Amino acid sequence: MKRTFPILAAVTALLLVFGTYQALVVAPTERTMGDVQRIFYYHVPSAWTAFCLFFLNLVASVIYLIRRNTSADALAVSAAETGVVFCTVVLVTGPLWARPVWGIWWTWDMRLTSTLVLWLIYVSYLLLRRFSDSAQTPVLAAVLAIFGALDVPLVYFSIWFFRTQHPQPVMGGGGSLDPRMLRVFLLNLAVFTLYGALLCWGRYRIEVMRRQVEETRALEALLDDGQAGSSPARSSR
Amino acid sequence: MSLLSPVTRATLLKDIRLEWRSKDALNSMLFFSLLVVVIFSFSFDPNAEESRQIAPGLIWVAFLFSTVVALNQTWARELRNHALDAYRVSPASPNSLFLAKTLGNFLFVTVLEALMAPLFVVFYNLRSIGPVWQLLLIGVLGTFALVVNGTFFAALSLRTRMREIMLPVILFPVSIPAIQAMVEATHIVLTGEGTARFWIVLLLTYDVVFTTASLALFGLILNAE
Amino acid sequence: MTSIRFMWTAYAAVWIIHGTYIAALLRRYRRLQREMNSLPKS
Repeated sequence: MKRTFPILAAVTALLLVFGTYQALVVAPTERTMGDVQRIFYYHVPSAWTAFCLFFLNLVASVIYLIRRNTSADALAVSAAETGVVFCTVVLVTGPLWARPVWGIWWTWDMRLTSTLVLWLIYVSYLLLRRFSDSAQTPVLAAVLAIFGALDVPLVYFSIWFFRTQHPQPVMGGGGSLDPRMLRVFLLNLAVFTLYGALLCWGRYRIEVMRRQVEETRALEALLDDGQAGSSPARSSR
Repeated sequence: MSLLSPVTRATLLKDIRLEWRSKDALNSMLFFSLLVVVIFSFSFDPNAEESRQIAPGLIWVAFLFSTVVALNQTWARELRNHALDAYRVSPASPNSLFLAKTLGNFLFVTVLEALMAPLFVVFYNLRSIGPVWQLLLIGVLGTFALVVNGTFFAALSLRTRMREIMLPVILFPVSIPAIQAMVEATHIVLTGEGTARFWIVLLLTYDVVFTTASLALFGLILNAE
Repeated sequence: MTSIRFMWTAYAAVWIIHGTYIAALLRRYRRLQREMNSLPKS
Protein backbone atom coordinates (compact mmCIF):
# COMPACT_ATOMS: atom_id res chain seq x y z
CA MET A 1 0.00 0.00 0.00
CA LYS A 2 2.83 2.35 0.83
CA ARG A 3 4.51 1.68 -2.49
CA THR A 4 1.38 2.18 -4.57
CA PHE A 5 1.13 5.90 -4.19
CA PRO A 6 4.60 6.91 -5.43
CA ILE A 7 4.32 4.48 -8.34
CA LEU A 8 0.91 5.82 -9.31
CA ALA A 9 2.21 9.34 -8.96
CA ALA A 10 5.07 8.64 -11.34
CA VAL A 11 2.74 6.96 -13.84
CA THR A 12 0.30 9.87 -13.65
CA ALA A 13 3.09 12.38 -14.14
CA LEU A 14 4.26 10.52 -17.24
CA LEU A 15 0.72 10.35 -18.57
CA LEU A 16 0.28 14.08 -17.99
CA VAL A 17 3.45 14.79 -19.93
CA PHE A 18 2.28 12.49 -22.70
CA GLY A 19 -1.14 14.09 -22.77
CA THR A 20 0.38 17.56 -22.94
CA TYR A 21 2.65 16.50 -25.75
CA GLN A 22 -0.34 15.15 -27.63
CA ALA A 23 -2.22 18.38 -27.04
CA LEU A 24 0.60 20.63 -28.11
CA VAL A 25 2.20 18.69 -30.95
CA VAL A 26 0.12 15.80 -32.21
CA ALA A 27 -3.32 17.35 -32.31
CA PRO A 28 -3.97 19.23 -35.52
CA THR A 29 -4.30 22.99 -35.51
CA GLU A 30 -7.85 24.21 -35.42
CA ARG A 31 -8.98 25.86 -38.61
CA THR A 32 -10.65 29.00 -37.32
CA MET A 33 -9.08 29.60 -33.93
CA GLY A 34 -5.52 28.53 -34.53
CA ASP A 35 -3.19 27.09 -31.96
CA VAL A 36 -4.87 28.95 -29.10
CA GLN A 37 -7.59 26.34 -29.28
CA ARG A 38 -5.18 23.89 -27.65
CA ILE A 39 -6.13 25.41 -24.31
CA PHE A 40 -9.31 23.39 -24.77
CA TYR A 41 -7.38 20.20 -23.95
CA TYR A 42 -6.68 21.54 -20.47
CA HIS A 43 -9.77 23.64 -19.91
CA VAL A 44 -12.54 21.08 -20.40
CA PRO A 45 -10.86 18.08 -18.72
CA SER A 46 -10.14 20.30 -15.69
CA ALA A 47 -13.79 21.31 -15.54
CA TRP A 48 -14.90 17.70 -15.72
CA THR A 49 -12.47 16.68 -12.97
CA ALA A 50 -13.56 19.57 -10.77
CA PHE A 51 -17.22 18.60 -11.13
CA CYS A 52 -16.41 14.96 -10.34
CA LEU A 53 -14.53 16.01 -7.21
CA PHE A 54 -17.35 18.30 -6.08
CA PHE A 55 -19.79 15.46 -6.61
CA LEU A 56 -17.53 13.24 -4.54
CA ASN A 57 -17.63 15.88 -1.81
CA LEU A 58 -21.42 15.83 -1.90
CA VAL A 59 -21.56 12.04 -1.58
CA ALA A 60 -18.99 12.03 1.23
CA SER A 61 -20.89 14.80 3.04
CA VAL A 62 -24.18 12.91 2.87
CA ILE A 63 -22.51 9.70 4.05
CA TYR A 64 -20.98 11.63 6.91
CA LEU A 65 -24.32 13.07 7.96
CA ILE A 66 -25.90 9.63 7.97
CA ARG A 67 -23.13 7.55 9.52
CA ARG A 68 -20.86 10.13 11.22
CA ASN A 69 -17.88 8.31 9.78
CA THR A 70 -14.73 10.45 10.21
CA SER A 71 -13.07 9.10 7.09
CA ALA A 72 -16.07 10.27 5.08
CA ASP A 73 -15.49 13.74 6.47
CA ALA A 74 -11.76 13.57 5.67
CA LEU A 75 -12.67 12.59 2.12
CA ALA A 76 -15.15 15.43 1.89
CA VAL A 77 -12.61 18.10 2.74
CA SER A 78 -10.00 16.53 0.45
CA ALA A 79 -12.39 16.41 -2.48
CA ALA A 80 -13.47 20.00 -1.88
CA GLU A 81 -9.94 21.34 -1.73
CA THR A 82 -8.68 19.53 -4.81
CA GLY A 83 -11.91 20.43 -6.60
CA VAL A 84 -11.25 24.09 -5.95
CA VAL A 85 -7.74 23.75 -7.42
CA PHE A 86 -9.07 22.29 -10.67
CA CYS A 87 -11.91 24.79 -10.71
CA THR A 88 -9.41 27.64 -10.41
CA VAL A 89 -7.61 26.27 -13.44
CA VAL A 90 -10.86 26.33 -15.42
CA LEU A 91 -11.57 29.93 -14.44
CA VAL A 92 -8.04 31.02 -15.39
CA THR A 93 -7.81 29.17 -18.71
CA GLY A 94 -11.32 30.20 -19.78
CA PRO A 95 -10.70 33.93 -20.12
CA LEU A 96 -7.21 33.29 -21.53
CA TRP A 97 -8.86 31.30 -24.29
CA ALA A 98 -11.78 33.64 -24.78
CA ARG A 99 -9.83 36.86 -25.13
CA PRO A 100 -7.80 36.07 -28.27
CA VAL A 101 -10.57 34.07 -29.89
CA TRP A 102 -13.80 35.94 -29.13
CA GLY A 103 -12.32 39.30 -28.13
CA ILE A 104 -13.82 39.32 -24.66
CA TRP A 105 -12.40 38.11 -21.36
CA TRP A 106 -15.66 36.96 -19.88
CA THR A 107 -19.19 36.04 -20.82
CA TRP A 108 -22.05 34.76 -18.75
CA ASP A 109 -22.30 31.46 -20.55
CA MET A 110 -23.44 28.20 -19.00
CA ARG A 111 -20.13 26.58 -18.31
CA LEU A 112 -18.10 29.56 -17.13
CA THR A 113 -20.83 30.99 -14.94
CA SER A 114 -21.76 27.72 -13.27
CA THR A 115 -18.06 27.02 -12.73
CA LEU A 116 -17.68 30.42 -11.11
CA VAL A 117 -20.66 29.85 -8.82
CA LEU A 118 -19.40 26.39 -7.86
CA TRP A 119 -15.98 27.85 -7.14
CA LEU A 120 -17.55 30.51 -4.92
CA ILE A 121 -19.69 27.96 -3.07
CA TYR A 122 -16.76 25.66 -2.39
CA VAL A 123 -14.35 28.40 -1.39
CA SER A 124 -17.00 29.52 1.11
CA TYR A 125 -17.23 25.88 2.23
CA LEU A 126 -13.47 25.75 2.84
CA LEU A 127 -13.60 29.07 4.68
CA LEU A 128 -16.39 27.79 6.91
CA ARG A 129 -14.29 24.75 7.77
CA ARG A 130 -11.28 26.89 8.52
CA PHE A 131 -13.01 29.46 10.70
CA SER A 132 -15.51 27.29 12.48
CA ASP A 133 -14.47 26.65 16.05
CA SER A 134 -17.09 24.09 16.82
CA ALA A 135 -16.43 20.38 17.32
CA GLN A 136 -19.39 19.88 14.99
CA THR A 137 -17.73 21.67 12.07
CA PRO A 138 -17.99 18.55 9.86
CA VAL A 139 -21.77 18.56 10.31
CA LEU A 140 -22.08 22.25 9.48
CA ALA A 141 -19.81 21.90 6.46
CA ALA A 142 -21.73 18.85 5.21
CA VAL A 143 -24.99 20.80 5.43
CA LEU A 144 -23.46 23.68 3.47
CA ALA A 145 -22.32 21.21 0.80
CA ILE A 146 -25.90 19.95 0.48
CA PHE A 147 -27.23 23.48 0.13
CA GLY A 148 -24.61 24.12 -2.52
CA ALA A 149 -25.66 21.01 -4.41
CA LEU A 150 -29.32 22.05 -4.29
CA ASP A 151 -28.30 25.39 -5.71
CA VAL A 152 -26.59 24.00 -8.80
CA PRO A 153 -29.69 23.10 -10.85
CA LEU A 154 -31.20 26.48 -10.00
CA VAL A 155 -28.03 28.17 -11.23
CA TYR A 156 -28.27 26.22 -14.49
CA PHE A 157 -31.88 27.22 -15.06
CA SER A 158 -31.27 30.85 -14.33
CA ILE A 159 -28.27 31.08 -16.66
CA TRP A 160 -30.04 29.12 -19.38
CA PHE A 161 -32.99 31.47 -19.36
CA PHE A 162 -30.76 34.52 -19.05
CA ARG A 163 -28.89 33.44 -22.18
CA THR A 164 -32.09 33.11 -24.18
CA GLN A 165 -33.01 36.65 -23.18
CA HIS A 166 -29.54 38.15 -23.59
CA PRO A 167 -27.78 36.29 -26.37
CA GLN A 168 -24.03 36.34 -26.04
CA PRO A 169 -21.24 34.78 -28.08
CA VAL A 170 -21.19 31.02 -27.70
CA MET A 171 -17.85 30.05 -26.27
CA GLY A 172 -16.05 26.79 -26.32
CA GLY A 173 -16.40 23.72 -28.46
CA GLY A 174 -19.32 24.49 -30.70
CA GLY A 175 -19.43 22.10 -33.63
CA SER A 176 -17.99 18.66 -34.16
CA LEU A 177 -14.43 17.69 -33.45
CA ASP A 178 -11.94 16.26 -35.89
CA PRO A 179 -11.43 12.57 -34.82
CA ARG A 180 -7.75 13.19 -34.08
CA MET A 181 -8.71 16.07 -31.83
CA LEU A 182 -11.34 13.91 -30.17
CA ARG A 183 -8.71 11.28 -29.39
CA VAL A 184 -6.37 13.79 -27.78
CA PHE A 185 -9.28 15.29 -25.90
CA LEU A 186 -10.46 11.95 -24.52
CA LEU A 187 -6.91 11.04 -23.56
CA ASN A 188 -6.48 14.25 -21.61
CA LEU A 189 -9.91 13.79 -20.08
CA ALA A 190 -8.89 10.37 -18.75
CA VAL A 191 -5.47 11.57 -17.60
CA PHE A 192 -6.86 14.58 -15.76
CA THR A 193 -9.47 12.43 -14.05
CA LEU A 194 -6.74 10.06 -12.90
CA TYR A 195 -4.64 12.99 -11.73
CA GLY A 196 -7.58 14.48 -9.87
CA ALA A 197 -8.31 11.18 -8.14
CA LEU A 198 -4.67 10.79 -7.17
CA LEU A 199 -4.40 14.35 -5.86
CA CYS A 200 -7.56 13.84 -3.81
CA TRP A 201 -6.26 10.56 -2.45
CA GLY A 202 -2.96 12.22 -1.48
CA ARG A 203 -4.77 15.02 0.28
CA TYR A 204 -6.96 12.44 2.00
CA ARG A 205 -3.96 10.60 3.37
CA ILE A 206 -2.48 13.83 4.65
CA GLU A 207 -5.80 14.65 6.32
CA VAL A 208 -5.91 11.24 8.01
CA MET A 209 -2.32 11.70 9.20
CA ARG A 210 -3.11 15.16 10.51
CA ARG A 211 -6.04 13.82 12.52
CA GLN A 212 -3.96 10.97 13.92
CA VAL A 213 -1.28 13.38 15.07
CA GLU A 214 -3.88 15.65 16.65
CA GLU A 215 -5.54 12.80 18.47
CA THR A 216 -2.25 11.43 19.76
CA ARG A 217 -1.23 14.86 20.97
CA ALA A 218 -4.54 15.36 22.69
CA LEU A 219 -4.27 11.96 24.37
CA GLU A 220 -0.71 12.77 25.34
CA ALA A 221 -1.73 16.05 26.92
CA LEU A 222 -4.41 14.23 28.83
CA LEU A 223 -2.02 11.60 30.12
CA ASP A 224 0.64 14.17 30.93
CA ASP A 225 -1.79 16.09 33.07
CA GLY A 226 -2.67 12.91 34.86
CA GLN A 227 0.96 12.06 35.54
CA ALA A 228 1.97 15.57 36.59
CA GLY A 229 -0.53 15.34 39.42
CA SER A 230 0.91 12.15 40.87
CA SER A 231 4.68 12.59 40.37
CA PRO A 232 6.06 16.11 40.86
CA ALA A 233 9.60 15.25 39.66
CA ARG A 234 9.34 14.57 35.94
CA SER A 235 11.66 14.91 33.00
CA SER A 236 10.92 18.04 31.03
CA ARG A 237 9.08 17.82 27.74
CA MET B 1 -51.35 33.21 13.16
CA SER B 2 -53.31 30.12 14.09
CA LEU B 3 -51.41 28.23 11.39
CA LEU B 4 -48.28 28.54 13.47
CA SER B 5 -47.50 26.28 16.37
CA PRO B 6 -47.71 27.82 19.84
CA VAL B 7 -43.93 27.72 20.13
CA THR B 8 -43.48 29.55 16.87
CA ARG B 9 -46.04 32.11 17.77
CA ALA B 10 -44.55 32.67 21.21
CA THR B 11 -41.01 33.01 19.88
CA LEU B 12 -42.08 35.32 17.11
CA LEU B 13 -44.06 37.56 19.43
CA LYS B 14 -41.17 37.61 21.87
CA ASP B 15 -38.79 38.77 19.16
CA ILE B 16 -41.18 41.42 17.92
CA ARG B 17 -41.78 42.63 21.45
CA LEU B 18 -38.06 42.79 22.20
CA GLU B 19 -37.40 44.72 19.01
CA TRP B 20 -40.22 47.10 19.67
CA ARG B 21 -39.12 47.78 23.22
CA SER B 22 -35.44 48.31 22.57
CA LYS B 23 -35.76 49.87 19.12
CA ASP B 24 -31.95 49.71 19.15
CA ALA B 25 -31.42 47.46 16.22
CA LEU B 26 -34.41 48.83 14.36
CA ASN B 27 -33.22 52.42 14.55
CA SER B 28 -29.65 51.75 13.55
CA MET B 29 -30.78 49.40 10.80
CA LEU B 30 -33.19 51.96 9.43
CA PHE B 31 -30.55 54.62 9.42
CA PHE B 32 -28.05 52.28 7.78
CA SER B 33 -30.54 51.47 5.04
CA LEU B 34 -31.17 55.15 4.48
CA LEU B 35 -27.45 55.82 4.19
CA VAL B 36 -27.09 53.05 1.63
CA VAL B 37 -29.83 54.55 -0.54
CA VAL B 38 -28.30 58.02 -0.35
CA ILE B 39 -24.81 56.84 -1.17
CA PHE B 40 -26.02 54.81 -4.11
CA SER B 41 -27.95 57.81 -5.33
CA PHE B 42 -24.87 60.00 -5.16
CA SER B 43 -22.75 57.43 -6.93
CA PHE B 44 -25.16 56.80 -9.75
CA ASP B 45 -27.08 59.76 -11.02
CA PRO B 46 -28.98 58.49 -14.02
CA ASN B 47 -31.78 60.04 -15.99
CA ALA B 48 -35.20 58.45 -15.93
CA GLU B 49 -34.60 55.98 -18.76
CA GLU B 50 -31.19 54.84 -17.53
CA SER B 51 -32.47 54.51 -14.00
CA ARG B 52 -34.99 51.89 -15.02
CA GLN B 53 -32.09 49.87 -16.41
CA ILE B 54 -29.79 50.02 -13.44
CA ALA B 55 -32.14 50.60 -10.52
CA PRO B 56 -33.15 46.94 -10.10
CA GLY B 57 -29.56 45.88 -9.50
CA LEU B 58 -28.85 48.75 -7.17
CA ILE B 59 -32.02 48.34 -5.16
CA TRP B 60 -31.53 44.64 -4.63
CA VAL B 61 -27.87 45.06 -3.68
CA ALA B 62 -28.92 47.67 -1.16
CA PHE B 63 -31.61 45.31 0.19
CA LEU B 64 -29.06 42.52 0.34
CA PHE B 65 -26.66 44.56 2.47
CA SER B 66 -29.41 45.62 4.83
CA THR B 67 -30.60 42.03 5.12
CA VAL B 68 -27.14 40.81 6.08
CA VAL B 69 -26.77 43.51 8.71
CA ALA B 70 -30.19 42.60 10.12
CA LEU B 71 -29.50 38.86 10.04
CA ASN B 72 -26.20 39.16 11.83
CA GLN B 73 -27.80 39.93 15.10
CA THR B 74 -30.64 37.48 14.74
CA TRP B 75 -29.07 34.67 16.71
CA ALA B 76 -26.72 36.79 18.78
CA ARG B 77 -29.57 37.64 21.10
CA GLU B 78 -30.19 33.95 21.75
CA LEU B 79 -26.58 33.32 22.64
CA ARG B 80 -26.74 35.75 25.51
CA ASN B 81 -28.06 34.19 28.68
CA HIS B 82 -27.89 30.76 27.06
CA ALA B 83 -31.34 31.12 25.59
CA LEU B 84 -30.26 28.91 22.70
CA ASP B 85 -29.28 26.11 25.06
CA ALA B 86 -32.69 26.37 26.66
CA TYR B 87 -34.27 25.80 23.25
CA ARG B 88 -32.11 22.77 22.67
CA VAL B 89 -33.13 20.99 25.81
CA SER B 90 -36.77 21.94 25.53
CA PRO B 91 -39.17 19.48 23.86
CA ALA B 92 -40.08 22.14 21.30
CA SER B 93 -39.43 21.17 17.71
CA PRO B 94 -36.39 22.92 16.22
CA ASN B 95 -38.48 23.85 13.22
CA SER B 96 -40.75 26.01 15.36
CA LEU B 97 -37.73 28.04 16.39
CA PHE B 98 -36.47 28.27 12.83
CA LEU B 99 -39.83 29.31 11.49
CA ALA B 100 -40.21 31.94 14.17
CA LYS B 101 -36.77 33.38 13.46
CA THR B 102 -37.34 33.37 9.72
CA LEU B 103 -40.71 35.08 9.98
CA GLY B 104 -39.33 37.60 12.43
CA ASN B 105 -36.44 38.41 10.11
CA PHE B 106 -38.80 38.56 7.16
CA LEU B 107 -40.99 41.11 8.91
CA PHE B 108 -37.98 43.10 9.99
CA VAL B 109 -36.40 43.21 6.53
CA THR B 110 -39.75 44.02 4.92
CA VAL B 111 -40.03 47.06 7.18
CA LEU B 112 -36.57 48.16 6.05
CA GLU B 113 -37.47 47.68 2.41
CA ALA B 114 -40.72 49.57 2.86
CA LEU B 115 -38.62 52.51 3.94
CA MET B 116 -35.93 52.21 1.29
CA ALA B 117 -38.11 51.60 -1.74
CA PRO B 118 -39.94 54.95 -1.69
CA LEU B 119 -36.60 56.68 -1.26
CA PHE B 120 -35.26 54.95 -4.34
CA VAL B 121 -38.37 55.96 -6.23
CA VAL B 122 -37.80 59.54 -5.19
CA PHE B 123 -34.06 59.70 -5.85
CA TYR B 124 -34.24 57.87 -9.15
CA ASN B 125 -37.55 59.28 -10.34
CA LEU B 126 -38.72 55.76 -10.90
CA ARG B 127 -41.96 54.98 -12.60
CA SER B 128 -42.87 51.43 -13.36
CA ILE B 129 -44.13 50.66 -16.84
CA GLY B 130 -45.21 47.16 -15.89
CA PRO B 131 -47.77 46.23 -13.23
CA VAL B 132 -46.85 47.27 -9.71
CA TRP B 133 -48.48 44.26 -8.05
CA GLN B 134 -45.83 42.14 -9.76
CA LEU B 135 -43.15 44.27 -8.14
CA LEU B 136 -44.69 43.57 -4.77
CA LEU B 137 -44.80 39.85 -5.50
CA ILE B 138 -41.14 39.87 -6.57
CA GLY B 139 -40.33 41.80 -3.42
CA VAL B 140 -42.01 39.26 -1.18
CA LEU B 141 -40.56 36.19 -2.91
CA GLY B 142 -37.09 37.70 -3.23
CA THR B 143 -36.93 38.92 0.35
CA PHE B 144 -38.07 35.54 1.59
CA ALA B 145 -35.39 33.83 -0.49
CA LEU B 146 -32.69 35.94 1.15
CA VAL B 147 -34.16 35.66 4.63
CA VAL B 148 -34.77 31.91 4.71
CA ASN B 149 -31.23 31.04 3.68
CA GLY B 150 -29.87 33.95 5.68
CA THR B 151 -31.50 32.76 8.89
CA PHE B 152 -30.26 29.23 8.32
CA PHE B 153 -26.71 30.30 7.46
CA ALA B 154 -26.64 32.69 10.39
CA ALA B 155 -27.17 29.63 12.60
CA LEU B 156 -24.42 27.80 10.66
CA SER B 157 -21.93 30.59 11.19
CA LEU B 158 -22.83 31.07 14.84
CA ARG B 159 -19.74 29.36 16.22
CA THR B 160 -17.23 30.69 13.77
CA ARG B 161 -14.51 33.23 14.24
CA MET B 162 -15.35 36.43 12.38
CA ARG B 163 -19.00 35.52 12.45
CA GLU B 164 -20.14 38.79 10.89
CA ILE B 165 -18.12 38.28 7.74
CA MET B 166 -18.73 34.53 7.54
CA LEU B 167 -22.46 34.98 7.11
CA PRO B 168 -22.27 36.91 3.82
CA VAL B 169 -19.36 34.72 2.70
CA ILE B 170 -21.46 31.55 2.82
CA LEU B 171 -24.79 33.21 1.99
CA PHE B 172 -23.94 35.12 -1.18
CA PRO B 173 -22.72 32.26 -3.43
CA VAL B 174 -25.81 30.14 -2.77
CA SER B 175 -28.06 33.18 -3.26
CA ILE B 176 -26.75 33.97 -6.73
CA PRO B 177 -29.59 32.42 -8.75
CA ALA B 178 -32.16 34.08 -6.50
CA ILE B 179 -30.49 37.48 -6.80
CA GLN B 180 -30.31 37.13 -10.55
CA ALA B 181 -34.01 36.25 -10.62
CA MET B 182 -34.98 39.21 -8.43
CA VAL B 183 -32.98 41.69 -10.43
CA GLU B 184 -34.07 40.40 -13.83
CA ALA B 185 -37.73 40.21 -12.83
CA THR B 186 -37.68 43.73 -11.38
CA HIS B 187 -35.97 44.99 -14.51
CA ILE B 188 -38.55 43.38 -16.76
CA VAL B 189 -41.46 44.81 -14.81
CA LEU B 190 -39.97 48.30 -14.55
CA THR B 191 -39.18 48.54 -18.24
CA GLY B 192 -42.31 46.68 -19.27
CA GLU B 193 -40.33 44.56 -21.73
CA GLY B 194 -41.73 41.05 -21.81
CA THR B 195 -43.00 38.90 -19.01
CA ALA B 196 -41.32 38.21 -15.71
CA ARG B 197 -43.19 34.95 -15.31
CA PHE B 198 -40.12 32.67 -15.62
CA TRP B 199 -38.14 34.58 -13.01
CA ILE B 200 -41.05 34.69 -10.62
CA VAL B 201 -41.51 30.93 -10.96
CA LEU B 202 -37.77 30.46 -10.43
CA LEU B 203 -37.93 32.56 -7.26
CA LEU B 204 -40.88 30.55 -6.04
CA THR B 205 -39.02 27.30 -6.74
CA TYR B 206 -35.96 28.63 -4.95
CA ASP B 207 -38.08 29.54 -1.93
CA VAL B 208 -39.74 26.15 -1.80
CA VAL B 209 -36.51 24.18 -2.24
CA PHE B 210 -34.57 26.04 0.39
CA THR B 211 -37.37 26.34 2.91
CA THR B 212 -37.78 22.58 2.72
CA ALA B 213 -34.03 22.00 3.02
CA SER B 214 -33.76 24.39 5.95
CA LEU B 215 -36.64 22.80 7.81
CA ALA B 216 -35.24 19.33 7.14
CA LEU B 217 -31.71 20.14 8.30
CA PHE B 218 -32.22 22.76 11.00
CA GLY B 219 -32.51 20.17 13.74
CA LEU B 220 -29.00 18.97 12.91
CA ILE B 221 -27.64 22.51 13.12
CA LEU B 222 -29.37 23.43 16.34
CA ASN B 223 -28.03 20.37 18.08
CA ALA B 224 -24.51 20.95 16.77
CA GLU B 225 -22.42 22.34 19.56
CA MET C 1 -0.14 39.87 -26.98
CA THR C 2 -0.29 37.51 -29.93
CA SER C 3 -2.78 34.72 -29.61
CA ILE C 4 -0.17 32.00 -29.25
CA ARG C 5 1.17 33.78 -26.14
CA PHE C 6 -2.24 33.35 -24.54
CA MET C 7 -1.90 29.63 -25.04
CA TRP C 8 1.52 29.45 -23.44
CA THR C 9 0.36 31.65 -20.60
CA ALA C 10 -2.60 29.36 -20.03
CA TYR C 11 -0.48 26.21 -20.00
CA ALA C 12 2.05 27.84 -17.69
CA ALA C 13 -0.72 29.08 -15.38
CA VAL C 14 -2.16 25.58 -15.10
CA TRP C 15 1.12 24.11 -13.95
CA ILE C 16 1.92 27.01 -11.67
CA ILE C 17 -1.43 26.50 -9.92
CA HIS C 18 -1.01 22.75 -9.65
CA GLY C 19 2.66 23.05 -8.75
CA THR C 20 1.93 25.48 -5.92
CA TYR C 21 -0.74 23.20 -4.50
CA ILE C 22 1.40 20.06 -4.75
CA ALA C 23 4.35 21.89 -3.14
CA ALA C 24 2.07 22.98 -0.28
CA LEU C 25 0.85 19.40 0.15
CA LEU C 26 4.41 18.04 0.18
CA ARG C 27 5.46 20.60 2.75
CA ARG C 28 2.52 19.62 4.93
CA TYR C 29 3.32 15.96 4.50
CA ARG C 30 6.94 16.44 5.57
CA ARG C 31 5.90 18.44 8.60
CA LEU C 32 3.41 15.76 9.60
CA GLN C 33 6.03 13.03 9.14
CA ARG C 34 8.35 14.93 11.45
CA GLU C 35 5.64 15.34 14.04
CA MET C 36 4.69 11.69 13.87
CA ASN C 37 8.30 10.65 14.44
CA SER C 38 8.68 13.02 17.35
CA LEU C 39 5.67 11.55 19.09
CA PRO C 40 6.36 8.93 21.73
CA LYS C 41 5.27 5.42 20.84
CA SER C 42 1.96 5.32 22.68
